[in-house]
This record gives sequence, structure tokens and C-alpha cells, in this order.
Amino acid sequence: MSGPIRHAVDLAVLGAGPAGGAAALAASRAGLSVALIDENPDAGGQVWRKPVRPAARAATAEPGDALRADLAASGITLLYGRTVWSVGASLDLDMIDAESGRWERVSAGRLVAAGGAHERVVPFPGWTLPGVVGLAGATILLKSHGIAPGRRVLVAGCGPLLFAVAAGLAGAGVEVVGVADLAARSDWLRALPDLLTRPGLLGQGACWMTSLKAAGIPIFFRQALRRAEGATEIARAVIGPVDAHGAPAPGPERTFAVDALCVGHGLVPGSDVTRLLRAPHRFDPLRGGLVPVTDEAGRTGISGLYAVGDGAGLRGAAMAALGGELAGLAAAADAGRLAPDAFAREAERLRRAMARERPFSDRMAGMMRLRPAQVQAIAPETVVCRCEDVTRAEIDAACAAGARDVNQMKQFTRCGMGPCQGRLCGDVAAELLAARVGTREAVGAFTARPPLRPIGFDELMGDFDYADIPIPEPAPL
Amino acid sequence: MTVHDLAVVGGGVHGATAALFAARGGMDVALFERGALCREASGVNAGTLTMQMTRTALMPYALRAHAMWASARDWLGHDVGVVVCDGLSLAFTPAEEELLAYRAGKRREAGAPITLVSGAQARRIEPGLSEAVRSAGHCRVDGYANAYLTGLAYRRALIEAGVALRENTPVGGVTPTGAGFELETASGTVRARRILLAGGVWIEPMLAWLGVHLPIKTLVNQLVVSERVAPIMRTVVGIANGLLSLKQYPHGTVVIGGGWQGVGDRERGGVELLPDRVVGNVRLACHAIPALRAARMARAWAGLEAETADALPVAGPVPGIEGAFVCGSVHSGYTSGPYIARLLAERLLGREPDLPLFPIDRLLARPEAA
Ligand SMILES: Cc1cc2nc3c(=O)[nH]c(=O)nc-3n(C[C@H](O)[C@H](O)[C@H](O)COP(=O)(O)OP(=O)(O)OC[C@H]3O[C@@H](n4cnc5c(N)ncnc54)[C@H](O)[C@@H]3O)c2cc1C
Ligand SMILES: Cc1cc2nc3c(=O)[nH]c(=O)nc-3n(C[C@H](O)[C@H](O)[C@H](O)COP(=O)(O)OP(=O)(O)OC[C@H]3O[C@@H](n4cnc5c(N)ncnc54)[C@H](O)[C@@H]3O)c2cc1C
Repeated sequence: MSGPIRHAVDLAVLGAGPAGGAAALAASRAGLSVALIDENPDAGGQVWRKPVRPAARAATAEPGDALRADLAASGITLLYGRTVWSVGASLDLDMIDAESGRWERVSAGRLVAAGGAHERVVPFPGWTLPGVVGLAGATILLKSHGIAPGRRVLVAGCGPLLFAVAAGLAGAGVEVVGVADLAARSDWLRALPDLLTRPGLLGQGACWMTSLKAAGIPIFFRQALRRAEGATEIARAVIGPVDAHGAPAPGPERTFAVDALCVGHGLVPGSDVTRLLRAPHRFDPLRGGLVPVTDEAGRTGISGLYAVGDGAGLRGAAMAALGGELAGLAAAADAGRLAPDAFAREAERLRRAMARERPFSDRMAGMMRLRPAQVQAIAPETVVCRCEDVTRAEIDAACAAGARDVNQMKQFTRCGMGPCQGRLCGDVAAELLAARVGTREAVGAFTARPPLRPIGFDELMGDFDYADIPIPEPAPL
Repeated sequence: MTVHDLAVVGGGVHGATAALFAARGGMDVALFERGALCREASGVNAGTLTMQMTRTALMPYALRAHAMWASARDWLGHDVGVVVCDGLSLAFTPAEEELLAYRAGKRREAGAPITLVSGAQARRIEPGLSEAVRSAGHCRVDGYANAYLTGLAYRRALIEAGVALRENTPVGGVTPTGAGFELETASGTVRARRILLAGGVWIEPMLAWLGVHLPIKTLVNQLVVSERVAPIMRTVVGIANGLLSLKQYPHGTVVIGGGWQGVGDRERGGVELLPDRVVGNVRLACHAIPALRAARMARAWAGLEAETADALPVAGPVPGIEGAFVCGSVHSGYTSGPYIARLLAERLLGREPDLPLFPIDRLLARPEAA
């Protein structure tokens, strides 16, 4: 076996979360042959993730169950457990099947990129200690495996995931010593009118708050992590007050003895596919950073390429599903399989539904937004790029040595050269440089490169004979 | 308005080295780079400093250039992570052994200290080597640099040498005025007595400013780098036909190259890696060093390399245009570039170069033939 197993379809959808799932279903119903690809063993994405252990079953599993049932009944080619590592200009996707180890290629003239978002953690001293986990990462552990990151846990950062994680941990019997929120209580109160537009979701939020209260878990508003301490793993977490911009403010510190710390500062769109294909992008701080420029149906600047869901800008699960559906229909319409008037009718319906979701969605995105003053407060000796151990001081020094954009800074320091390719640190590193150079637009973003996910050479190569390697003609002597 | 003695257009290893030695020789030099220094071929290449991929005609230059890289701290003054080590060019089949013997022989005649060794001897030199190796060319003059550090090192050196460094300044055109040249930039016209066009694959459009047509082919070389792993090899490893270059850096990453072609062009850069060729190149690398199989691919990219019709450099005056010079399109040009560009600087300074330049007359389309 030497080359890939090939699948040819009308539409490939990368990512089976709310956005990709809806896109695949809509396009399939409109008559396109569709392949839906995801690295997880089943559909659901981050928010509707399928529990591995039934005991971990949560309320959020229900819409996921419905999606999984619809997909299973749909006739869509479901390629789960596949890690996509390459996307070509022809929109071909190359992937590895984790179970069989096989190399597969999906060829379709159209591609919906629905890869979701990455977690953002604004570095603080000690953030690389074992026992410090991301908020979003903690939801995966909890949802999918019913595993808690520790027994005595502090939850810190910003945005709604704070309370979801704290409530989830408390529900799993973990001692949550407190929740430190960058936002003020008044920020949440100000958000209330918009939150009231989505009573169901607000209800969920209220539910989390009640369970925190019932469990006697203190919430520290406008407080942030000062540092995590411990010899080989986290032993203590220290918080202190911050101002409205996220910068440390005078006031007493509080120290908690913990064996785990869950921390997250919002999400960053994982726009790797659209960046790799060089679609036009713009910087949108409310949507989490660099996002592809799209029309309302997710069409990018590249013919046949659509981008939807959190990967195209943070809007949350409900908007992701609606946007996904619209892009799936647009793909069918663009392929001439859905009549223009039928598409227009459907688009109008979805547009209205999105308008209802928008205030809530914008508010939540706003709560997760990066606070530049928090980034500026990072101490010089704090590691920013954990793959390559690059500190803030080294990034500042690169800037002083003449680096004017993030890729030049990357060459000067190795920041972003590790296996995560800067998915973790890219947003913060760009913000640090931008503060000195001028704007985020001016400093740009790390160039996206294959592989989309780090991939073992062993998996990549599969079985082969030396004689089968298509070695090119010798170079001139 | 000041008139520079020399304006260099293009800040890769050729332009930057020529600018550096010209300035140290007393000239007032300005260097124009449309992006940042050494971010095209000279910053994204595999950094291999090997004689076993060098064209025989370039061997005397490459040997001297290797010595320059090995002493970069002395003349450049800044570190580009040069490591000097053994190099091995492998043969896995009888046909490859034949090719190897022929090619190594030719390179040895050209001055490269290459000897043929058995598979067992090769494995003593490089314990990480596969059992499948039948024989190898062994060369002690080999090694590698950390190409991504080139820009940082040259930037410092050029500033210290007093070069007017103009990054992010594309030159839009050059006009001979009789007494010199006018260069168009977004921030105005710049004057210089002489110009050096050192634009890598962009030499063709640069020469077109002067009405000179010299076709340059664009190669799109793919590279793959692993995540950091524990030491698995200590030499530079290639294969007989030249389509593999492999080494592990002191910080643990392994860079896999060899010139497998991706998709791209001068206008768009290296835009696409072809998965079949990424896989092919990786298979070849792991066939040579089996322990590499356990590593993960961290990143892959493609960069642009220039090639003339006879695959030999352009380095010399532009015929018919007094004061205009060109330098580049050197095969394995990261290795040989510093020496060839320094020869050109010698010439600009009115000195007699130690080795001949590569005049471009041979490559110009003759009007009568058209
Ligand atoms: C870790 C994490 C946890 C989150 N938890 C919550 C939560 O508990 N509650 C909440 O309201 N919101 C949560 N969010 C936000 C939430 O993800 C979104 O609002 C919603 O899931 C977005 O849907 P989506 O379809 O755009 O992306 P996702 O749901 O993220 O789906 C994208 C899918 O694409 C797959 N994928 C991406 N790249 C590749 C590739 N190269 N190869 C194969 N598969 C690939 C991913 O594995 C994923 O399954 C979380 C986000 C993250 C990053
Ligand atoms: C992927 C890859 C791997 C390689 N591996 C090796 C190796 O292992 N060993 C080896 O010896 N060689 C290697 N090479 C070859 C080597 O990199 C090149 O020969 C060498 O770097 C060329 O240098 P240069 O200065 O001629 O061109 P470049 O480095 O391309 O510099 C030309 C510069 O001109 C600038 N420019 C263009 N237009 C304008 C304008 N209008 N105004 C101002 N500036 C302009 C460009 O931005 C660019 O910076 C490799 C090449 C590639 C692409």
C-alpha cells in the first residue's frame, strides 16, 4: 500500500461540530454528495461532544445526540477518527485514519472549513506547571471522560466557560475553592438585557450560578491570577485585583492551596485552513482575532471555500449551527443543485434566526475578548511560547532588534516554531509585538503551514517499499 | 540628495553579503529589501552546507564558502548556528552505488574530499543509519547552519558596517541616467552610482527594468521539520542522486529536504505543498534514518530557488549598462552565496577577485536569434 485511498464527493466538510454538522446535513438534503470529517470518534465538536462514559452525560449531550442521529441516518460519508493534515489549493484533504492507520484523500470541488476554535491562555508565572489546565480543555475531560483535573481546584479567567467549568467540577464532587473572574459583577449585570434574549441559555447560566452558590463556592469578581506556585506541580494559586482593562490593580492577594488550576481567557478562531489557502482575512477583536472575510453564507474570497462556526469568528454554538446550515445551502445553490429562490427563502429564515441569537452571541464573545492591558502586564521572565520556551523579554528583545512582524519575530526567537505552530501563543505574541509596532494588522499572524495537526511520521508514511518512492530525477552534477 | 556609491536591490544572502563587504571596503552602500532581510530563500532554506550536492563547477567556490560559514563569527560577527560535521551520501541499490561512484568521483576531481565507504563503515560514522545502506560517499567538509537566523545576523552586521538598510522597501524600477541610476521606491527616488541586482528568483524582472532579458526558472522546494527529539543522528545525510538532505539540529529538530517540488511562482511565492511529495520525501528520510519514524512532523513549507538555463550562477556586470551588476541564481546558493557575493564585492571595490565571476553574457537571448 503506497498512495491514499480516495473519496470523491461534491462537498467536503472539515469539522463535525455544530457548524460542520449542520452544513453537511443541509447540503446533503439539498442533494449534494457530502463527506464529513472529524478527528473525534463521533460528531458533536467541542460543545456537543459525545461522552465516552455514559456517567459523564450532561444536558449539553442532547443536541449532540440529535445531530449524531441525523447524521447517521443521512447517507453522508462519515469520516470520523480522521486527522486532516493537509489541504491543497484544489481543496483536496489528506488525512490519516487513527484506527487503521490508513492515508485517505477526499476530493471535492467545495470545502466547508468548520474546525472550531482554540483556547487562549494569557501567560502568568507558573502557567506551564503540571496541574494547570485550560478551561476548555477541562470541559473536554469532564464531558467526554467524566474526569476532573484535580481534587481541590481554582477556576480563573473570563467568559461563560468559567461558570460552566466550576459548576461541572462541583457537580462531579470536586472541591472548587473559588472562581476568579476578570469581569466585574456589574459587567454581567450590564449584559443581562442581551442575555435575556436567550432565556434558555440564561437559564443554564442561572443554573450554574445557583449550584455554585449552593455549594458555597466564592466568586471573586475583577480578580485574576497573579501566579501559580509549586516545585514540580501546582501547589498554590495566587489571585489579586485587576482594573477594568485587566491590568493588575492594588489590593490584597489571596492564596489557595490547590492541586489543579483551570484557567482560560477566551477562545481564538482556528482559522488554519483559510489561512493556509490564503483567503483574505481581517483582525476582529470581538470575534477572537484573525478571521476569514466571508459573506453571510460563509463564502470566503476563494471560490468553493466556505468558512463557518467558531473557526470563522467566535459566535457560539447556536450561531455556528445556523451559519453552518446557511453555508451548506449556499454550497448546494452555488453547485446549481438548489434553485435561487429556494435558497433565498431559506436564507431569509436563517437570517431571522441569527438576528435573534446575535445580541447574546455578541455579549458572550465580548466577555471572552482579549484584554490588551492584561497582555501588557505579562512579566518579562514569563514564558509566552511554551513549545519553544520563549519569554516575553525575548519577544521584546526581538522587537528591539528590528522585528516588525510576527513571522520575523518568529525567526529571531523560535516563538511559534513548535508543534502547536503558535496556535496557543500566536494571539498573545502578536498582541505584545503590536503594542510596540502599532497595530495587529501591521504585525500580521504566523503563516499557516501544514500539517494542520502535528502528525507522526510513522502514521504519515504508512507501509511502503523503497522501490515505490517516486524519487525525482537527479539534480545536475 | 545624497548619491550612494552602491545600491543593492534584494536582501538575501547574496545581496546582504555583497553590501556588507562593499561597505567594509569603504563604499557608501544602501540595501533595499521589499520585505525583511533574508526571509525568502535565504531564510527558509534547509541550511545544508554540503559538497555532496554542490555542482562540480562550483566546488572551488563552495569549499571557500564553507570555510567562511565555519568562521562566520569572525567575519559576520554574529551567530547563524553553524555546525561543521561529517556528511554521507547514501546508496541503497546497485544502480545507486554506480551513480554514487560516478558523482563522488567527479566531485573529488573538482576538489571535494569525498571518499567512498562501505555500508558498515558508514554506520560507524553515523550509527543512526539504516541497515539498507550499501555504500556511501563520505565527506568531512559538511555541516549546516540555522537558516532562519540569517536575517538577524546579517541585520546586525550590516548596521554595524554602516549600510543604509531599507527593509520593507520594494524597488519599483531602476533607470540608468548616464552618471548612475535612479531607483523608484514608495518613499521617493534614490540615486546611486552603481547598482547590484540580487533578487533571487526575482532577478528576471529586475533585469527587465534595464531592458535585459535573462530567463530564470523558479524551483519550489519543499521542506519538512520535525518536533524536537532526542539525538538520533550526528551527520548530514543525503542520497546519491541528491534528492535528500537530512540533519538534526542541536535543539533536536530534524529538517528533511532535498528539493522535492511543490507549487508556486514568483508572483505568489511557495503556495502549496504536494502531499504525495511530502510523504515521498519523509519515506526517503526514514528509510535512511529509521529512528526518525518515531518523531512527529511539526511544520512543512516551500520556498523559491532560482535556476538559470545552464544551472550556473549569474554574477558579474550587466553587459552594455555601465555600473550595473547582478548576483544570484547559485545552485546550493546558501552554501556558496557568501563567497560568490564577496567576490562580486571585490570586483566592485576595484580589486581582482581570487576566482572568476560568472558573467551573464552566455545566458542573454541574442536579438538576432529571436
Ligand atoms: C476545547 C473547547 C471546549 C469548549 N467547550 C464549550 C462548552 O462547554 N460550552 C460552550 O458553550 N462552548 C464551548 N466551547 C465553544 C464552542 O466550541 C463553540 O461555541 C462551538 O462548539 C463551535 O462549534 P463549531 O462547529 O464551530 O466548532 P467545534 O465544535 O469546535 O467543532 C470543530 C470540530 O472540528 C474538528 N477538527 C478541527 N480541525 C480538524 C482537523 N485538522 N482534522 C480533523 N478534525 C478537525 C475538531 O476536532 C472539532 O470536533 C468550547 C470550545 C473549545 C475550543
Ligand atoms: C526550500 C529551500 C531549501 C534550500 N536548501 C538549501 C540548502 O540546504 N543548502 C544550500 O546551499 N542552498 C539551499 N537552497 C538554496 C538557497 O536558499 C538559495 O540559493 C539562496 O538563499 C539564494 O539567495 P539570494 O540572495 O540569491 O535570493 P533570496 O534569498 O531569495 O533573496 C532575494 C531577495 O530579493 C528581494 N526582492 C525581490 N524583489 C524585490 C524588489 N522589487 N525590491 C527589493 N527587494 C526585492 C526578496 O524579497 C528577497 O529577500 C534552498 C532553497 C530553498 C528555497
